[in-house]
Formats: sequence, C-alpha cells, structure tokens
Amino acid sequence: MKLIIGVMVLITYDQVGKWLMQSLDWPIPGSVVGMMLLFISLVLLPKPPAALVQSSKFLLRHLGLLFVPAGVGIMLLYDLVADEWLAMLVSMVLSTFVSLVFTAYLMQAMIPVDGTEESDGN
Amino acid sequence: METEWLEFLSDWFPSNPLFGLLVTWLIYWLIQQLYLRQQAAPWLHPVLWSIVLIIILLSVVKIDYEVYWSGGQILHFFLGPATVALAWPLYQHLNTIRKLWLPVLVSVSSGVLVGATSVIYLAQLLGASELTQLSLAPKSVTTPVAIAVTEQLGGLTALTAGFVIITGVVGAMFGAMIFKALGIVDQRVKGIAMGVSAHGVGTARAWQIDHTMGAFSGLAMALSAFLVAFILPPWLGILGIL
Repeated sequence: MKLIIGVMVLITYDQVGKWLMQSLDWPIPGSVVGMMLLFISLVLLPKPPAALVQSSKFLLRHLGLLFVPAGVGIMLLYDLVADEWLAMLVSMVLSTFVSLVFTAYLMQAMIPVDGTEESDGN
Repeated sequence: METEWLEFLSDWFPSNPLFGLLVTWLIYWLIQQLYLRQQAAPWLHPVLWSIVLIIILLSVVKIDYEVYWSGGQILHFFLGPATVALAWPLYQHLNTIRKLWLPVLVSVSSGVLVGATSVIYLAQLLGASELTQLSLAPKSVTTPVAIAVTEQLGGLTALTAGFVIITGVVGAMFGAMIFKALGIVDQRVKGIAMGVSAHGVGTARAWQIDHTMGAFSGLAMALSAFLVAFILPPWLGILGIL
C-alpha cells in the first residue's frame, strides 16, 4: 500500500512538473522539474516520508526494465543504423573516454587533497 | 509445421496489447538472472540484451513495433515518475554536496558538456547525420532524462535509448582501466568521473569497486541528470549546433 501511495506521489510531481513547463512554455523536461520540486520538498521536510523513499527505491531498482520498450524502437531506424553504425559506435566509445579523462582530471585538480574522512559509503 | 506456429503467434498477439508488457518483463527478467549470476559483468547488461532479443523476436514472429509498443508503453509511462525518484539519491548526498559543492558542481557540469560536445564533433567528423549527432548528445545521462532531452533537441528517442546503454556499458568496462592508466587513486574523483560519463551502469560498477566511489558516482549521475536539461540546450545554442 505504501508503495502505491509513494508511486502516486511521484506521478503527481511528474505531472505538476510537466504542467508547469507547458504553461510557462519552457523547454525543460517536466520530469526533471518534478525531480527538482521533490528534492526541494525533501530538503524542507524534517524527515523523508517512508512511502516516498520505498517507492523511489523500487522504481530506481527496476529502472532498466522501463526503458527497454523505447530501446526496441531502434528497429524502426534500421536503415539509419545500418548506414551509420560505425560512426555511432566510434564516436560513442571515444567520447566516453574523453569524458572520463577530462572529468577525472578536473575533479582531481579542484578537490581538497585529503579525503580519507569522506568515506561515506553507507 | 513451424510456419503454422509462427502464423498462430502473429495472429494472436496483435489483438493483445499485454503481449508487449509480458514479453519485455519475461526477457528482461531472464537476462537479469544470468547477469546477476555472472557478477554483473557490464557486457551482459540486461537492458542491452533485452532490446536485442526483443528485436530479434519481433522480426522472427513478424510483429510490428506498433503492436509491441501498445503494451510496451505501459512500462514507458513510468519513466517520468522514475526520473522524479532520482531526487532521493540526490537528497542522500546532501552532505557531500554541502561540503564539496564547488568542485562537484564544476566537474559534473563541465564533464556533461565536454562529453556531449566531443561526441557531436566526433560523429560529425565520421560522417554521421545531424539527427544522429543530436540523438548522441545526451548519451552520458540516465535514460529517462536523456530521452526527454533528445525530444527537446529534436533527435530520435529510440536511438538515444540505445546510445545511453552502450555508453554506460563502455564506461563501466573501461573506466577502472583508464583511471589506473592516469594514476588516479582518489575514489571520490573516480566516482564523479564514472557517474558523469556512464550514468547508472557505471554507478553499478563503481559500487562493486568501492563504496565511496559508488556514492560519488551516484551523486554525479543524479546531479548530471538534473543539470543536463538546463545547460545542454543553451550550450549547443552557443556552439551553433542547435
């Protein structure tokens, strides 16, 4: 029951975010705005509601399953993928390396050196 | 005999939208079992192989994507609420954000932009179409957000869904190797780089390596998912790509 209530709350935030962006005519995805609103709510609340935590964990644990249907849509783009798969793959792999190296160096340069007390791996 | 069986399947399923739901669930679950048994080896990522297997299945049984989608969209609808749920991991990292907000914020936002910019120019250089370039841009953030951003940029969401997963698998497979080659030992630094570059798939890998790395990867993933919608479209505008 908690799970259902929690998911309903998440859907509500999602809908509010979408409605807000539509009425303001801003180009930010409504669900991201919903995420922001929920984050603010959590910071303001004295304690995160159990139902919300439970349902968030539940959805995030099964996140992978949720984007399979969209991924299967690639089959409609067969011609495009057949033509450009090499460019797609090479650019994806190389830019992932670029992103890893760049972000690591930047973070390394900016972070205070001693971080032993930062181990907060729950 | 075999063709009769195929005919039966393709007659039966189109009248039944729950088929898409069931097939997705079943195939995902089976691969998930295999994946967990192999200690979550990144190349066996369930999303990647579920997509591949379902495409093969639909082609063999000759079922249109639209028919599959009539059931599959039931799962797809929950991407919105799942995106909202990312507020929870973000909230859990509140203390880290408070302590290290400047390096984390700068690294994550620059990392997202460098990742997107490099993939666009590389794809351009290699002769990919503009549509492909735009669909590649948000590849390093978690899928629901990437799909929303691609919609906004005018790319193809199905392409993006595939790109995001493959990017995550690539990052998870090679991340540790790259950090070693660079001589980076700080788990916080590794985690941030992993979360920015390889979202949830990289974060899952980071948790296996070290808990601090996992926590920072989760933070970078949630933060980049949040920031990308605000910073990527204007940035592409400045570059004249959008």
